[in-house]
Amino acid sequence: MFISIFNAFESGIIFAIMALGVYLTFRILDFPDLTVDGSFVTGGAVTAILITNGMPAIIATFIAIVCGFIAGTITGLLNTKGKVNPLLSGILMMTALYSINLRIMGQSTIPLLNQSTVFTQLKNVFESAGLDGIINQGLTGLGLERTPSTYSVLLVMLVVTFFIKFVTDYFLKTEIGLALRATGDNERMIRSFSANTDFLTVIGLGFSNALVALAGGLYAQFTGFSDLNMGIGMIVVGLASVIIGESVVGTKSIMRTTFAVIIGSIIYRVVVTLALRADFLDNGDTRLITALLVILALVMPRLIETYKERTRKKKKRVALTEQIKEGA
Amino acid sequence: MLALEHVSVTFNEGTADEKKALQSIQLTLEQGEFVTVIGSNGAGKSTLMNMISGALYPDVGTVSINQQNVTALPEYKRAKRIGRVFQDPMAGTSPTMTIEENLAMAYSRNKKRYLVPGVNKKRRELFKEKLKTLHLGLEDRLNAKVGLLSGGERQALSLLMATFTEPDILLLDEHTAALDPSRAALITDLTGDVVKETGLTTLMVTHNMQQALDLGNRLIMMDKGQIILDIRGAKKQALTVEKLLHEFQRIRGTHLDDDRAILG
Repeated sequence: MFISIFNAFESGIIFAIMALGVYLTFRILDFPDLTVDGSFVTGGAVTAILITNGMPAIIATFIAIVCGFIAGTITGLLNTKGKVNPLLSGILMMTALYSINLRIMGQSTIPLLNQSTVFTQLKNVFESAGLDGIINQGLTGLGLERTPSTYSVLLVMLVVTFFIKFVTDYFLKTEIGLALRATGDNERMIRSFSANTDFLTVIGLGFSNALVALAGGLYAQFTGFSDLNMGIGMIVVGLASVIIGESVVGTKSIMRTTFAVIIGSIIYRVVVTLALRADFLDNGDTRLITALLVILALVMPRLIETYKERTRKKKKRVALTEQIKEGA
Repeated sequence: MLALEHVSVTFNEGTADEKKALQSIQLTLEQGEFVTVIGSNGAGKSTLMNMISGALYPDVGTVSINQQNVTALPEYKRAKRIGRVFQDPMAGTSPTMTIEENLAMAYSRNKKRYLVPGVNKKRRELFKEKLKTLHLGLEDRLNAKVGLLSGGERQALSLLMATFTEPDILLLDEHTAALDPSRAALITDLTGDVVKETGLTTLMVTHNMQQALDLGNRLIMMDKGQIILDIRGAKKQALTVEKLLHEFQRIRGTHLDDDRAILG
């Protein structure tokens, strides 16, 4: 039980990077970008093929980021210069990427089991420093029988993901970042303040898909393989994270919302993991659970709000009738 | 300052919906001139605005700002030198962003945008000072989202954002038409003050004849894509709504006769 929740946290924090990318397009640019399903795999594919060909894992991961950026800019160019509808631009790019990803990998799956990935390297560092042993000793002391084999993934990914969050927060407050936000909010207005909205849309999509590809590259290294189909439904997972996070944590400021997205991603993983532990559900039901989660996150806040309003009005009515009675 | 030469544009050319929106417009604005533009619906007032801002390009003719030909310059590049306030109070500001963030975007109008914070201490002081001139108390609400402001407040903020970087030209596109009378009067007063103070070369479209007479030192009347009346200086000061209506009737009358003469 503890182990599977722990694993959910690990993958949740990796997927949070992807969710931050989805947040950039979906919320900031108001651009429903479906490239994500393809660029996530591109990240995994590029990382996997480069690592198996002997490139250091960290450099392979950086190249994956660049490839994701390029994929995003192409979607952006389709939309801004080709005047193709945003949804369709993303779908076209996603479709094209499926074939491109297969070309990159040369086969539909690349195992990374005996390769040196960023995570195996981190694990070795933690082991030689004896960090995992120290934490596990503490946990067994608390009465836990089975303990995770390493904390390197969780701890380092927390640092990486929050670093990305803070960079994003800073970026969205800069002169360029403000113009980018206005592009999604009121394009006509920011153009009348001399911002090149086409350019901003293109780099916005580039940044977003760079993050998605980074998540894809890290996820492939985390699970030990890259698969052609691992990106299917990724956009919905990203949206689920954004929407769940926003309804739980709130959206008062940019900093708060990016934090919400990370929390949303972890909550999503934990809930799906817990749900799949039920006997009558199996792996194939993940999508159904995802859809139900998103629906819940969308509908619940409104239901709660309506209920609150109703009780408030009822109170007022009661108070008024009493006042009238007293008066009479 | 601003010169339009032989600017013509036709929409849906060669179809049944063909519309000659502007017909060989000749218009020169001197530095510091404040021109009000009136005319009925479809007269070409908005098209004229879009032509100057670069949202539309002319079929023929040239647009120059400060003797520089900007006819082929896209809207976002021209916007460095043109401030604009739209009719819709929602159009001129970004609702999900705060007042200071909106002002920061306007502040970057005539500069290159960099990866440095859009709002800093020095700019915040400047924004506060500028907001005080609106007398709406917005200087105490720098971190309020603009979507929470009323239509009048948003339009006042739009006007400030369009003018405080002192562009070469200010375009006002019926910017009081969507407000209630008292708010419209407030924005009209603010407009007069701002233009007087900054001496901006201004072109203001309005449906309100009284407003067109009260503001500015030159008046243009448009009809069917042409400028049919151009009055300035002392003559403009002497104009009244009655005289204007009379003039409109007279010109339209002869105009129609001309058409008939051609057709006959």
